[in-house]
Amino acid sequence: MEKTLKPRSEKKTENFIAIICLVAFYVLLFLLDNYLPRNSFTTMLIPVLQKSSIFALVCVSMNLLNGFTGLFSLGQAGFMLIGAYVYAMLSIPDEYREAVYQYSGGTNIHFSIPEMLQGVIGQSAGSFFGAIICIIIAGIIAGIFAALIGIPVLRLKSDYLAIATLGFAEIIRAVFQWDKLGKITNGSYQLRKYTAFTDMNINIGGNVIKFTSIFPVFIAMLCILFIILLINSSYGRAFKAIRDDEIAAEAMGINLFKHKQMSFIISSFFAGAGGALLAMYQTTIQAMAFKTAMTYEILLIVVIGGIGSISGSCIASFLFIACNEWWLRFLDSGSLFGIVPVPFFRDGFRKVVFSVVIMVIVLFFSKGIMGDKEISFKGIGGFLKDPFGAKRRKAKKAVAAAAAAEGGEGNE
Amino acid sequence: MSNTILSIKDLKVNYGGIEAVKGISFDVNEGDIVTLIGANGAGKSSTLRTIAGLVKPAGGSIILQGEDITGENPTNIVKKGITMVPEGRRIFPDLTVLENLKMGAYLRNDNITDDLNWVYDLFPRLKERSWQAGGTLSGGEQQMLAVGRALMSRPKVIMMDEPSLGLAPIIVRGIFDIIREINKQGVTILLIEQNANMALKTAHTGYVMETGRITMSGPGSQLLADDSVKAAYLGKH
Repeated sequence: MEKTLKPRSEKKTENFIAIICLVAFYVLLFLLDNYLPRNSFTTMLIPVLQKSSIFALVCVSMNLLNGFTGLFSLGQAGFMLIGAYVYAMLSIPDEYREAVYQYSGGTNIHFSIPEMLQGVIGQSAGSFFGAIICIIIAGIIAGIFAALIGIPVLRLKSDYLAIATLGFAEIIRAVFQWDKLGKITNGSYQLRKYTAFTDMNINIGGNVIKFTSIFPVFIAMLCILFIILLINSSYGRAFKAIRDDEIAAEAMGINLFKHKQMSFIISSFFAGAGGALLAMYQTTIQAMAFKTAMTYEILLIVVIGGIGSISGSCIASFLFIACNEWWLRFLDSGSLFGIVPVPFFRDGFRKVVFSVVIMVIVLFFSKGIMGDKEISFKGIGGFLKDPFGAKRRKAKKAVAAAAAAEGGEGNE
Repeated sequence: MSNTILSIKDLKVNYGGIEAVKGISFDVNEGDIVTLIGANGAGKSSTLRTIAGLVKPAGGSIILQGEDITGENPTNIVKKGITMVPEGRRIFPDLTVLENLKMGAYLRNDNITDDLNWVYDLFPRLKERSWQAGGTLSGGEQQMLAVGRALMSRPKVIMMDEPSLGLAPIIVRGIFDIIREINKQGVTILLIEQNANMALKTAHTGYVMETGRITMSGPGSQLLADDSVKAAYLGKH
């Protein structure tokens, strides 16, 4: 198979189509946020879009570590927790602070970044840009924690690294739940009243434009774009080299620890940002929710999407969240299409079906939906012409038969 | 005589309590092919890995062009101009051939196009397959890729750890032709081999290692004619 560089014009048209698709997608989201009527479809679509874009970001950040740098880390939930808490602590308006921290006997934090901005650029824009600043700070704090944890942990390999990161994630959760820190983290009680997705609207001359679902989708897409650019840069190549062969990478002069540390910090930064978005989505957060089960859920999505595939992680996040929260809900409803009563369609049956679906995927598509490939126009075209590779297998068989007929003379 | 580029003095390497290299000294002259031959476990690979900085020496010194580089980390050693082709090729299987070659030049900030073309001239096969994943190449091609990747760092000294390992005799001959060709273009080569016959025929200077010590040294042709070397490594005739 000979592969050559694509001619410039072909690449340009591809980019053009991609931009058009993207613009169309955002126009749809804009309509959904502002003009489409609320019915049973749109009221489910918005939260599913919000949550799946958050999970897509967190899964891609995990994929950067597991799939591209070859570091089997299970600390994602811990860094999300840091991000979520930092975000919440910085953005609770001062007037609600006493009410939120009432069980911890008040708080020592008496400022709120969205409020400070509101004083400068107005009510709605203040909470909008304040939220963005808080998300960035949340990511940075998560990154700083990752840098500290990385120093001892990244000297370990494979399973040991996984266990150590898992342990650190649990330690982080325990520390945030510690009642002695109640005045900062509110101990094991929840944080609430901070800026959420429903506050994401900008008032322009009396017209309120809502960004309820565009906001998380856009932030997640921006972060994922950054990770894609990183992976395609020379640093990304070094990450992949470390994944493929550490000794050879070291012999090429790549500083293993420095690059692993870099990958770990960047991944944790985006996990922290994802945690902040998750806090916005949930409107209340509690450290209890960030258990290892959450890391496993993320890992599951990464595996279903394909380890080492960014587009796989994104597609799998959407499918996973949509099935879990929406499409398989009818299994719990007690009846089919709301008419036919089915006795075993009751609470919890959704989880049973879901587990079976996951088992089928893991057993029969062990490389995940995308393997380590990415979505491309060529790939989509090929899929439309030849779904599930039936023609390709046939062609391969024909080639093999022809080679056998030649009596193995043509072998290389 | 040409001047010494790399000089090893009384080098000792330990793994835990085991002494792998027990104080060896040798010089590599600029523009030469120098080979270390010896049986399994003689300490050849340990010597090479120590020079590359992958293993820290227990004693002795490594001097590159008058500068002591003992115990430096691998990154600095590659920067200073010593690159290793590791044993068993160890190319990056999921990276393309081109990406593999670019990894060799990872520490360089200057333009690598000329060197890329140079490597492609040396190995036209790699140019044909530049878009293929490294892992899909045959053993011989992978060895070419490993050598090409090391050359991309523009080394003063290139160290090869058993380039003939696991390759068919005809491919091995090709690899040694390439070693000679690279050397002609001015790269100093330190070669480790179990295939003593080929190595000594190619090398200007040879050293024989046995259980962590150098027991014999001399020009390649002289060692090739030596009776004890013949008996131990070449098979009696």
